[in-house]
Amino acid sequence: MATIQSIAGENEQHPDVALVERVRGGDVSAYDTLVRKYDRQVFRIAQHITQNREDAEDVMQDAFLKAYEKLDQFQGNSKFYTWLVRIAVNESLMRLRKRRTGRMVSIDEDVETEEGSVPRDLADWAPDPEQNYTQSELAEILRKTIQGLPPGFRVVFALRDVEGLSTEETAETLGLSVPAVKSRLLRARLQLRERLSRYFRKKAGSTGMAPTGMETEK
Amino acid sequence: MLDDLIDDSVTTEMRADLQEHLRDCEHCEVTLSTTRKTIQIYRSNEIYDMPVGLRERLHAAIMARCKKGC
Repeated sequence: MATIQSIAGENEQHPDVALVERVRGGDVSAYDTLVRKYDRQVFRIAQHITQNREDAEDVMQDAFLKAYEKLDQFQGNSKFYTWLVRIAVNESLMRLRKRRTGRMVSIDEDVETEEGSVPRDLADWAPDPEQNYTQSELAEILRKTIQGLPPGFRVVFALRDVEGLSTEETAETLGLSVPAVKSRLLRARLQLRERLSRYFRKKAGSTGMAPTGMETEK
Repeated sequence: MLDDLIDDSVTTEMRADLQEHLRDCEHCEVTLSTTRKTIQIYRSNEIYDMPVGLRERLHAAIMARCKKGC
């Protein structure tokens, strides 16, 4: 019985595959469902990589249109979502390149930095440090902080830690090895932690509960 | 080792060893707790929100092109 159940589980079709089949059969409304399901994620990923709102809007449109055009090439042996994200990442890198007037941009850029490999600022943080800021102040701090990472670190952190892809899915999506993803992820996490410390560390002589307001970036 | 602990991909035996170490090493304990917090803050705060109006506009544009065959 257990064996039968496990075989049934393995053969269970992901709901996205059924939607893709319907689109291939000419049902455009099924694509509408896929767009609504993943548009926020695609937009976030594009923003993380391009750091530009206008570019993220273009990437979102282009990625969904390209995916629609190339739907016949989707094999079904990977998830539709990771396949879509791969298209969105490539579109985002192209936009970033255009912004930088043709200079090559790849996910390998600036990843050889040593920053973050050894934690320097070891001050502990206040309890629930984010509560010392308003929602918009916090969002600004988080945006400004992640903006300082090289694109190759930003994208790994965004896919793995923000969007929740597995290490293997992140590697497949970016065309990187699993060890390369793990190495970049650790350094991205440590760099972000170090940079956020200036806002979130316990203040000398404080209980960690007093509101501090925004600090000026040094 | 730090990332394996964060991602919960360590064996039970290794976890016990690491927890033993963390009890006596403030350096590692602070690094671990603040790195975990970093991930949690980024995961739980929407920093690139897409307003409803923008979402609907982009959605309409995408579907209009798809219906035309792109």
